[in-house]
Amino acid sequence: MNKNSAGIMHQKSMTPWLYLLPALIVMATFIVYPGINTFYLSIRNNDNTGWASTRCMQGQACWGIFENYRYALTSIVMQTAFLNNLKWILLMVSGTVALGLLIAVLADKVKYEAIAKSIIFLPMAISFVGAGVIWKFMYNYGSSQVQIGLLNAVITALGGQPVSWLTEPQINTIALIVVGVWMWTGFCMTILASALKGVSVEILEASRVDGANEWQVFWKIMVPQILPTITVVVTTMVINVLKIFDIVYVMTGGNYGTEVIANRMYTEMYKNYDPGRASAIAVILIIVIIPIMIMNIRRFQKQEETR
Amino acid sequence: MTRDKNAKKQGLKNLPVHFILIGLCVIWLVPTIGLLVTSFRPVQDINSSGWWTIFSKPKGYEEYQTYCASCHGEDGSALPTADLSDPDLVQNYKRSFTLLPSLTSDINGQPHMADIPVPDETQTADIIAYMKRLAGIDTSSTFTLDNYIDAFTGYRGNNTYRADCASGKQSLDLYCDIRDLMNPRGMGRAFINSVLVAVPSTLFPILIASFAAFAFSWMDFKGRQWLFALLVGLQVVPLQMTLIPISRLFAQLGLNGTFMGIWLFHTGFGLPYAIYLIRNFMGSLPKEIFESAYIDGASHWTAFWKLAMPLSIPALASLTIFQFLWIWNDLLVALVFLGGQHPVLTYQIGNMVTSLGSGWHLLTAAAFISMALPMIVFFLLQRYFVRGMLAGSVKG
Repeated sequence: MNKNSAGIMHQKSMTPWLYLLPALIVMATFIVYPGINTFYLSIRNNDNTGWASTRCMQGQACWGIFENYRYALTSIVMQTAFLNNLKWILLMVSGTVALGLLIAVLADKVKYEAIAKSIIFLPMAISFVGAGVIWKFMYNYGSSQVQIGLLNAVITALGGQPVSWLTEPQINTIALIVVGVWMWTGFCMTILASALKGVSVEILEASRVDGANEWQVFWKIMVPQILPTITVVVTTMVINVLKIFDIVYVMTGGNYGTEVIANRMYTEMYKNYDPGRASAIAVILIIVIIPIMIMNIRRFQKQEETR
Repeated sequence: MTRDKNAKKQGLKNLPVHFILIGLCVIWLVPTIGLLVTSFRPVQDINSSGWWTIFSKPKGYEEYQTYCASCHGEDGSALPTADLSDPDLVQNYKRSFTLLPSLTSDINGQPHMADIPVPDETQTADIIAYMKRLAGIDTSSTFTLDNYIDAFTGYRGNNTYRADCASGKQSLDLYCDIRDLMNPRGMGRAFINSVLVAVPSTLFPILIASFAAFAFSWMDFKGRQWLFALLVGLQVVPLQMTLIPISRLFAQLGLNGTFMGIWLFHTGFGLPYAIYLIRNFMGSLPKEIFESAYIDGASHWTAFWKLAMPLSIPALASLTIFQFLWIWNDLLVALVFLGGQHPVLTYQIGNMVTSLGSGWHLLTAAAFISMALPMIVFFLLQRYFVRGMLAGSVKG
C-alpha cells in the first residue's frame, strides 16, 4: 500500500489512531458489534430469554440451538422466498448485464450516445419506492372497460384479455423483476461501456479486415477482453439482488407468492416481532455473501500489489 | 477519439442499430413520462382514461367536426343567429334528448342538418360536451396542479384541497394556510424530514471518513494493511445484518424514532465505502506536496485541512452526491428507525401505496415530488453523479 508515502511519515505512534478513532468507534458500534450480535440472537428464542432450542415442540423436528435456522431454511414461506430470490438472481442479473452490454455496444456506434446513455441511466437516480409507483401504474389492472395501465391498454387494444400483473402467481415475480431490470440496466451499461472503450481499436479493425462480421467481433474479441469487468458487474449485481427489498415491499408486500428473503426478514422482525427467526434469515444472507466478500478483498489486494 | 468518428460516420447503414437503440430508449422513458403526465391530470380524467389520451383531441371534437363545423364554424361562432360559443344558448341543451329534437326539426323550412346525417345519441352527448367547452361552461382543464397541492398538504378528501378550503369545508386537521405544509400526512413535511435526515447523514460520515482516509493514505501504523482489507470486506455487509441489534440498542437508549438515531446509523453504514473511496483518491495525490509542506513545518492537522481535503474535492463531490441520494432514496432504514414519527418521503409514499390503493392522483404527484431532487442532481451534475453511483453500488 502506498509504498511511496513511507518516507514522510514522521508522526508519533498515537497520531494515526487519533485520526482513525472516530471512524473505528462508529463502525465497531454500527457494523461489527451488531453483526456479531445478530449471530448470537439467531440462536436465541424469540424474546431472547433462552436458547433457541427452548422453542422446539415435542414430537416435532428440532435443530437444537439452530431451531431458528430450521425455520429459515425449511419453512414453506422461506422456501418460496429462496426460490424467488433465485429467480431474481437468474433473471435480473442476466437481464441487466445482457441489456446493459447490448446498449453499450450499440450506443458506441451512434452520435446520440450521450443522450441514449442518460436515458437508460436515469432510473438509477430515483428510489425503488418511486419506481414502484411508476410501475404499479404501468401494471394497473382495471376490471372495467377502461384500462388506465399502459400494459393492459396495449393488450386490450390488440384484442387480448387484461392481466392482473401483480397478483397473478408466476407472472407477478417476473413483473417485479422487470422493474429491477429497468432500474439497474443503466448501472451495468455504464461500467461495461467504459470497459468496451478500452478494447484495442487495432485488434477490432484487424479482425474486421480479416472478414469477421460484427457478431463474431463481439463474441470473439470484445467479450473475452472485457470478461473481468463482466465478472465484477455480475458479482455486484448478485449482491444487490440478494438484498432486494423495497420493490417487493412497495408493490406487493410479499403477497401472492412474491416473497423474497429480505422482505421476509423485515416481516419476521417488525411485524411478527420474532428477532430470533429474523436474525437467522440475516445470517443466511451474510453467509451467502461472504464468498463474494472474500473475492473482493482478494481483488483489492491484487490491485494494491500492482499499484 | 478517431475511433468514434470512424465508427459513427456510417449513418443510415446502421438502421437496425438506431431502431433497437431508440426503441429501448423509448421503453425506458415511457413509464416515467406516464407518471409525470398523470400527476398533472384531474382525478376524474386519470380514472376514466389513460394518460396517453391527452395527446388526442378533447371529447366530442371529432363528432363536432363531422356534424357541426361546416355551418357553425370551428369555434362555433360562424352563425350569428346560433352562436355556439354563447353560454346562454348552450345552457338550453344539457342532454342529448334536448338537443336531438332540434337537430331533426326544421329551421326556417329547411332541415337543420341539411344533407349531413343526424348523429346518434352517444355522438350527440359528445357534441354537447364539446359545445360546453366552446362556450366556456366547461372550464375543467386537461392539466391541474391540484394533485401536487393535495399531496403536499396531505389532503385526503373527495374533492381538492383548494376547493374544500374555498368553501370552508376542510377537514379538522387542515388550517388552509401555510401551516398545512407541516401536516404529518403531507409530502411537504416529508420533504423537510428527508432533508433533515439526509444532510447530516451525508456530512458526518464524509468528515469522519476523511480523517481516517488521511491516516490510511499518509501515515504509517501497525496493522494498516489488514485494517484496510477488513474495511473492503465490511462494504458488502448487508444492512439487514445490523438492523435488529441496533434497533434493540436504540430502544434502550431512547433513540428509536429520533433523527439522531438515523444519523448515527447512516454514518456507521456509510463509513467503509466512504473511507475506501477517499483513501483511493487521497493516496494517489503526489507525495511531493506533502513532503514540502512537512519540511516547511506544517502539522498533520494543517496538511489535512489545507492540502488533502481541498485536493480531494472531486472524490468528495462524487461521494457526497452518492451518499445523499442513497439516503434520500432509502426506505428500509427510515422504516425501521424513524417510522411514522418523522415520516420521510419514501416512507410516506410507501404508506400511501398501501392505504390509498389506487389514489393515483396523489400517488403520482407524491412520487414525482420525491424524484424531483434526484433528477435535478442527475441532470446538473451528471459526471459526478455517475461516478459516485458506480463506485458505491455495492454498499450495504
